[in-house]
Amino acid sequence: MASLAKYVRLALGAWTLLLFVSAAMPTAAQQVNPTASSVKEQQLLQELNRIQGRVSIPDQRSGVLEQPAGREWREFRNVTLRWVGGIAILGMLIALVAFYLIHGMVRIQSGRSGRTIVRFSAFERFVHWMTATCFIVLAISGLNITFGRPLLLPLIGHEAFSEWSQWAKYAHNYLSFPFTIGVVLISLMWLRGNIPNRADVEWIKRGGGIVGHDHPPASRFNAGQKAIYWIVVIGGAAVAITGYALMFPFYLSGIEGMQIAQIVHSIVAVLFVAVMLAHIYIGTIGMQGAFEAMGSGTVDVNWAKEHHSLWLAEEEARAANAGRSNPTATAAE
Amino acid sequence: MARMKFLCDADRCIECNACVTACKNEHEVPWGINRRRVVTINDGKPGERSISMACMHCTDAPCAAVCPVNCFYTTLDGVVLHSKDLCIGCGYCFYACPFGAPQYPKVGNFGSRGKMDKCTFCAGGPEADGSKEEYEKYGANRLAEGKLPLCAEMCSTKSLLAGDGEIIAQIYRERVMKRGYGSGAWGWKTAYRETIES
Repeated sequence: MASLAKYVRLALGAWTLLLFVSAAMPTAAQQVNPTASSVKEQQLLQELNRIQGRVSIPDQRSGVLEQPAGREWREFRNVTLRWVGGIAILGMLIALVAFYLIHGMVRIQSGRSGRTIVRFSAFERFVHWMTATCFIVLAISGLNITFGRPLLLPLIGHEAFSEWSQWAKYAHNYLSFPFTIGVVLISLMWLRGNIPNRADVEWIKRGGGIVGHDHPPASRFNAGQKAIYWIVVIGGAAVAITGYALMFPFYLSGIEGMQIAQIVHSIVAVLFVAVMLAHIYIGTIGMQGAFEAMGSGTVDVNWAKEHHSLWLAEEEARAANAGRSNPTATAAE
Repeated sequence: MARMKFLCDADRCIECNACVTACKNEHEVPWGINRRRVVTINDGKPGERSISMACMHCTDAPCAAVCPVNCFYTTLDGVVLHSKDLCIGCGYCFYACPFGAPQYPKVGNFGSRGKMDKCTFCAGGPEADGSKEEYEKYGANRLAEGKLPLCAEMCSTKSLLAGDGEIIAQIYRERVMKRGYGSGAWGWKTAYRETIES
């Protein structure tokens, strides 16, 4: 009997030990792993670089869970754009100052004739100045968004800078409308004079006569002005379209679209500003007799002869056809 | 100091949207703005997961980096907050944010953007803690009262965790060890450049 009890005790002990061992063993082996088939974050991000799902709140756009693409955009906005914009704008300013110091103002070689000819109508000048003033405000308020934080904010402090930036934002948003209208009108009213032709090839070959005292023939607009025209039309359209995509979020695209829109908008804009600096230079201190074309609307006949000989010939021929010698030319004094 | 973080255990989230509702109610968030939302991926298919997402209060936050008026600041607890007095509503933080956290009330003509609104980790804003101005602009400041964000506090399955990053990571790690699986801390790599080993 004693030996039987000993056997029972041994068997019980063995069973108990087995129970303990099995309890201590990981149960995961027998269990279903629900994550085996589940969606995985890294996999989803690798596939599309964004994770999107369904939301039950009305704002369906919030269904985008994650989109790390903002990182590249951040790098562009904080580093690339500042370099591109800084080099383009400062580079242009330095080039213009250097050019002015070396060459000075391009004078009317044969002096003023005292006779003038109408170059731009009142409507053309109105459209030009409407677009120009809008452009200047848009440029300053836009540059403030990119360069204001490192350059202006430390000087005037948080409150003043935010106040100014708030107004600049309103100006940027609202003046975009007259600017866009201006670009559309410019593209229509000056299209005829800005189709590239054979005279432009000759003009470009002779470097526009900008160096030395050369005056290659040009029609109403020379190749340089035509370039400005197309930059305004194409660049203006680009900044307008991308700008409205940013102003009216989600009407045209999602976040990636807006990131791309901001990249196009800002790059085109800083290059636009650089080109316009050159345009302003040549229209003011760069060339004698040029500003009055957009000021009073008339230019000196000798200026026209030197810079737009083909246009002057056309105008004179037209006037002659009309039966009078030169109706548009009037004594300046 | 603690480094406050959110962690959503996707294997526990049942998409009840209580966190969304609690947040809206606690802070009286205006119409059309959701500081927190629950996104369901592969809805109705095997392996679907729901994740509750809000501002993750990123390390080296992209929103703060791109803000043209520098209106963001990080508290000692690692919470990313902003000043609505300085914000000009330009939309840049929203382009940069990986989690779609910043939102703008539509004000004025053409639905132009008002002052940005986002999750504050229930930590208010630059105004005096618990002041009326702070509540009106940013909602309740529970952190100042020693409480954690309400969304996580009332999560029925304790899927959403909020608190010191070390502690919630440890809770999650223990869970994963115990149950034997885990689909990871969603958004952590993007927000904090780290994951929880499990």
